[in-house]
Amino acid sequence: MSTTSLSTAGTAASSSGPLLSVRELQVHFPTQDGVVKAVNGLTFDLEAGKTLGIVGESGSGKSVSSMAIMGLHRGTNAKVSGEIELAGVNLLDISADEMRRKRGRDVSMIFQDPLSAMHPYYTVGNQIAEAYRVHHSVSRKIAKQRAVEMLDRVGIPTPDKRVNDYPHQFSGGMRQRAMIAMGLINDPGLLIADEPTTALDVTVQAQILDLLQDLQREFNSAVIIITHDLGVVAEMADDVLVMYAGRAVEHGPCKEILTHPEMPYTWGLLSSVPDLSGDTGARLVPIPGNPPSLLNPPSGCAFHPRCAHRDKVPGDLCRTELPLLVPGQRGAHHTKRCHLPNPDAIYATEVLPEIAPDLVGGAGEDGAEELR
Amino acid sequence: MTNETINQGEPDDMAIAPRIEGRSAAVAPADAKPILEVDGLRMYFPVRSPGLIRRTVGHVQAVDGVSFQVAEATSLGLVGESGCGKSTTGRLITRLYEPTAGAIRFEGQDITHAKAGELKPLRREIQMIFQDPYTSLNPRQTVGSIVGAPLAIHKVLPKDKILPRVQELLEVVGLNPEHYNRYPHEFSGGQRQRIGIARALTLQPKLLVADEPVSALDVSIQAQVVNLLQDIQTEFGVAFLFIAHDLAIVRHFCPEIAVMYLGKIVEIGDRESIYTNAHHPYTQALLSAVPDVKQAATGGRMERIRLQGDVPSPINPPSGCRFRTRCPIAQEICARHEPPLLQIGRKHKVACHFPGRLGEAPREPLTAGLLGVDSEGRPDPGASPSTDLVEQPGYADTWFDLDNKSIGRA
Repeated sequence: MSTTSLSTAGTAASSSGPLLSVRELQVHFPTQDGVVKAVNGLTFDLEAGKTLGIVGESGSGKSVSSMAIMGLHRGTNAKVSGEIELAGVNLLDISADEMRRKRGRDVSMIFQDPLSAMHPYYTVGNQIAEAYRVHHSVSRKIAKQRAVEMLDRVGIPTPDKRVNDYPHQFSGGMRQRAMIAMGLINDPGLLIADEPTTALDVTVQAQILDLLQDLQREFNSAVIIITHDLGVVAEMADDVLVMYAGRAVEHGPCKEILTHPEMPYTWGLLSSVPDLSGDTGARLVPIPGNPPSLLNPPSGCAFHPRCAHRDKVPGDLCRTELPLLVPGQRGAHHTKRCHLPNPDAIYATEVLPEIAPDLVGGAGEDGAEELR
Repeated sequence: MTNETINQGEPDDMAIAPRIEGRSAAVAPADAKPILEVDGLRMYFPVRSPGLIRRTVGHVQAVDGVSFQVAEATSLGLVGESGCGKSTTGRLITRLYEPTAGAIRFEGQDITHAKAGELKPLRREIQMIFQDPYTSLNPRQTVGSIVGAPLAIHKVLPKDKILPRVQELLEVVGLNPEHYNRYPHEFSGGQRQRIGIARALTLQPKLLVADEPVSALDVSIQAQVVNLLQDIQTEFGVAFLFIAHDLAIVRHFCPEIAVMYLGKIVEIGDRESIYTNAHHPYTQALLSAVPDVKQAATGGRMERIRLQGDVPSPINPPSGCRFRTRCPIAQEICARHEPPLLQIGRKHKVACHFPGRLGEAPREPLTAGLLGVDSEGRPDPGASPSTDLVEQPGYADTWFDLDNKSIGRA
């Protein structure tokens, strides 16, 4: 859960070494109009049993980077460079055949829309059993038994009957459960969930998030959850990575990022969603403008055309120079890509009163104490 | 999408933010008169058998007896899970469907079965904003002809006056008026939704049905569009029927909210009653399922009510209360009788046999006496069923005060 990471993040990384280590990942798509730099120098670590939440708008590169980890850009004209090290093996160096053997067994993925991710002509059981038989030489019968077990584990009623159903006979929530069963049948060390609940209703979303947390504890998998919903992140993630225009703009423990964000884009994300207990008389504070084009991203900080705080940076730094992803004022575990010299003060005096007036004062002191 | 349009789009979007400081939808006027009244609305879609002779084998009871009012220049929010009939309700009100039963009254005029000719003037008064900005705009028409089409169809303005009016509208929704000759694909999702809003505003309607107007948009763009809709409401005094599944956005936008489940309204009331004083177990479950960003700051999440299973099929809904199959407090009476929509506050109605705040639900059904049955739902020969349980749109002056066990009065 979100509360554990704050104290452990600093020490655990050095002792065991991360399960997944992504270094300077770049994914570029050459097109007729130029090179689309979908992911540009992404670096992060993830330990076994931990959850990383990747947040960002459409086009920020969050799905593209997870597809790179799955090796799904192989065979396309995408240019992938950098390093993706999973349990000591660089996934970008191995052959397509070796990658195929890892896919599903060491790393698997849950997609946003389970109806289009499943084959409509095959039964659900058939598809789940196939995922098992690819990596285990067992008979169809045993594989099907295993599929029934998994369907039971993810909470599908009468799994021995439903295993013979086609995807269209399942409801949206059940389909997503079946996808999770398929993803976990080989007990992978890393599970990537790409917007797993976006297509679902809130009550079903709550069921699926609970299920993912239970299964993660049981299987001790590392999970990357990609979402645009900060509420989901607050619930699921140990660490948060905020992406904008193909770059990480803020990275740190979940609680730290959500209570002391230091990057104006994260502030914007927090202030543009209404809250179930907020003041309804107050206007929402949107981020002005639109997400940038990746063909020709803005110079300097990619967020500067939409940033309300760029006048607080001396000179023309935001427009001319790309800020580095460096630790902010709150310690080495919390990095941000911003030129603002005193983001914490601006957040406390200008942003927090707008998004959570009831937390002004209290939260700052609590957070400071915990860090000591 | 070319880079050019995005960069040119930016100044427009930035310009809209400080333009109007509207705080429209936050409070409902005390006694606004209803502009729209919906009474016992039903929509059954026939299910036909496959094959040559397509007999009707059943009905999807998409909307089954829904009553509410929308007052002038305010917003009613309609929330619920997918398949609960909220979009169908919206389409019935714009008369894209003809209702199976019930009545829709717009400004006192019954439009339930209005014919095509009678509908044309109605379209000037009721307009719709659609969910998906990618499929609701004709890709082969320019923005100017999309937004101007209603003016030409209704012959409001002569042909040469249409363009200036279109440009005016584009400016109202925060788009560059110079862009009237561009095609929809040249705009981003948020900008397309603004085009859809401009089209809906063209005829200056009195009621806008907004069917999930922001759910297809990115988070940062959602807030822009919600603010725009609020500005429009303040400036033009438009009433909204705001259909959405996002409880936080509905709370922000609508002073009054109706919660739907499987074709019925289970709870309806003002914002306070629904969000801080919910008495129906489904509303409580919905609210507790919303992931909360603030839990990171406040530490620990609030206890979640886990609803089991999925929404049952509307072709063959459960007997009695439709929520009973997933309800944590259901008893025998729930399977036997459908709970009436009881008024329990000045502006708060709930349809449950055991209405109460979370964890304080009564043990005995409160409705047994009204229905003339005992506490398990069997007919009680000694009791006399109350006769005035017919659901009315709007609110009565008296209600059952659950806290004091008495009749409350306005």
